[in-house]
Amino acid sequence: MSANRSALADVLVERRICVCVGAGGVGKTTTSAAIALGLAARGRRVALVTIDPSRRLAGALALNELSNEPLTLSREHLAPTGLELRGEVCAMVLDPKRTFDELVWQLAPDARTRERVLGNRIYRELSNAVGGSHEFSAVAKLYELDRSNAYDAIVLDTPPSRNTLDFLRAPERLIQFFDARTLRVLLAPAGLGARLAGRAGAPALAVIRHLVGVDLLAEIALFLSAISGLLSGFRERASAVEALLRDPASAFIMVSSPEREPVRESIAFADALREAQIPLGGLVVNRVHSAEAGTADAIETALTEAVGERLAHVVAASEARARVLAERDKVGIGGLDAALGDVPHARIPAFNGGLGELETLGAVARSLFDQR
Amino acid sequence: MEQPTIVPLLERRLIFVLGKGGVGRTTIAAALGLLASRRGARTVVAEVSARGELPELFGVAARTAGVEVEVAPGLWTIQVDVQRTLHEYLRVYLPLRMLADVVGATRLFGYLAAATPGLRELLNAGKVWELAQTQRRVPGTRPYDLVIVDAPASAHALGLLTAPRSFARTAQAGPIARQGGQIDAMLHDAGATALIGVARPADAAVSELLELRDALREQAELELDLVALNATPPGGIDRADAAALEAALRRNGVLHGQARAAVERALTEDRGRRAAAEQALRLERGLGSVPLLELPAIYAPIVGVAEIETLARQLAEAS
Repeated sequence: MSANRSALADVLVERRICVCVGAGGVGKTTTSAAIALGLAARGRRVALVTIDPSRRLAGALALNELSNEPLTLSREHLAPTGLELRGEVCAMVLDPKRTFDELVWQLAPDARTRERVLGNRIYRELSNAVGGSHEFSAVAKLYELDRSNAYDAIVLDTPPSRNTLDFLRAPERLIQFFDARTLRVLLAPAGLGARLAGRAGAPALAVIRHLVGVDLLAEIALFLSAISGLLSGFRERASAVEALLRDPASAFIMVSSPEREPVRESIAFADALREAQIPLGGLVVNRVHSAEAGTADAIETALTEAVGERLAHVVAASEARARVLAERDKVGIGGLDAALGDVPHARIPAFNGGLGELETLGAVARSLFDQR
Repeated sequence: MEQPTIVPLLERRLIFVLGKGGVGRTTIAAALGLLASRRGARTVVAEVSARGELPELFGVAARTAGVEVEVAPGLWTIQVDVQRTLHEYLRVYLPLRMLADVVGATRLFGYLAAATPGLRELLNAGKVWELAQTQRRVPGTRPYDLVIVDAPASAHALGLLTAPRSFARTAQAGPIARQGGQIDAMLHDAGATALIGVARPADAAVSELLELRDALREQAELELDLVALNATPPGGIDRADAAALEAALRRNGVLHGQARAAVERALTEDRGRRAAAEQALRLERGLGSVPLLELPAIYAPIVGVAEIETLARQLAEAS
């Protein structure tokens, strides 16, 4: 197996943390699961974590359900992958709201602070919508799993990011989110009444009061003052997470498909990584179509002799479509190669249905690790 | 059976295009926009939390975020931008005496938006609502007959559709509560707003669309008006022919080299098409009474104006 191990496999095997990033709908969850399986086949104990709100990982692993609690997949269950698993895969799906609540539990200095945050109307009604909270939950969990030392490797399937940088900026944004210092000072409960009455004369605050209304503003003030007790904990956690993401033992793996939009998004994401000075560990291009090199006429002639004119025509029509797709994919991959440079990569063929979930995973794992 | 068709939906003022990442929301939104504008409606396609790809798709150089760009006769696009929306919002809603400090207010309100969960979503929903008003609030702009929203991927789209109501309830009084209520009322006015789901005939996309339908119902009390099943694969080999080809593969010496590979690929394509047909059926059953419109896959190396034109035609004709 190691005789034809791919350059990408080297990266995947050597790093302790593998973060799969990319646009939506490119097969990121499947790729993450296949990476975890490939590592387990090499004897690792792997944590496979996804934050996909729609529970796609359970489907890819042919399970009915996955939860916040790690589930160790049995070898019998994974037998259809055709992989000989010497290690283990533990899979879990993060519930961002719950992970965030857990974080409040861990970081609150005392029970009173904790209850004030968890019981706040703004927190309760809107905490699912917190910008970057999904992403932050993911990295917070990553940190925890890493610290637990329970796993040899961690594979993280990140939320699809259309605006690409959300994931990287999550720790920073969350800090900004809770540390809107100006706002907190202005809204400090002691000064709130006076300021809302306008006597403090801050014109900008008068504007806010005019727009937002006193009720909501008071509620926000309570929320910010409640969460301020957790601020130093959040800040520490965020810098630890950032250090972890930048650690040489972590690799960012870009997952893409050869279609136009994912290619554009992948290139933008790679630029953003470069700007953040985080090296790209590898590139996986899923669903790559190929076609025969020979001319369509030559193939149809050979087919006519073998199976008759009518069937030859049916096959030729399919071949013509394959050529269009192969041509499209060549354009997309060319664009990726030109923009991303010499990154260890794997191209995964389009497994066009007809295979069960686990068979597909096994096939993807083999192409990921054994391709030259 | 009632024939599902998209054309009556173009009579509404606001259409959201929803679905999982990668199913082709942007392409469908663009095609809908083209179709509506050809039928004489002054139309704008608004990209929310996307990268502003639409102008380029129509062969027009991309512009600044937040600016309405005419990409075809009667068709505009805009990339909705929170900062710019905020600025516009303040200019519109601030009393004159406060306008002097609009820059400082924008900054402070920016802090508030960063600190308040859901406020960004509310601002985005607010911009979409503003675009759909017969009396536009932003000075120097003209009203549209139709606004098509290229919404963010499923979970975030839900935030966009629920934020107005959450704020209307949480704030209770003041302009934000009032605005939240107005937007929410429009979203729930079936004569004004339509929701179109987009899926592909693949397991993940179908499951996510059905989950989105449930979440819309439970969390926002909204229903999908129609679902477009995008990228339905063409071709297909009838069972007898497939069996004959499989038999030929098994017979020694009949097929070799490229011809053999071509037959194998054709059979793989056919299996893919059958798997897609099963997913389409699962979607149709799952959706119940929601009309489903099947659109063929685009077979072109690059999607551009010509492909959008074709899709627009198919949208108009599909029933």
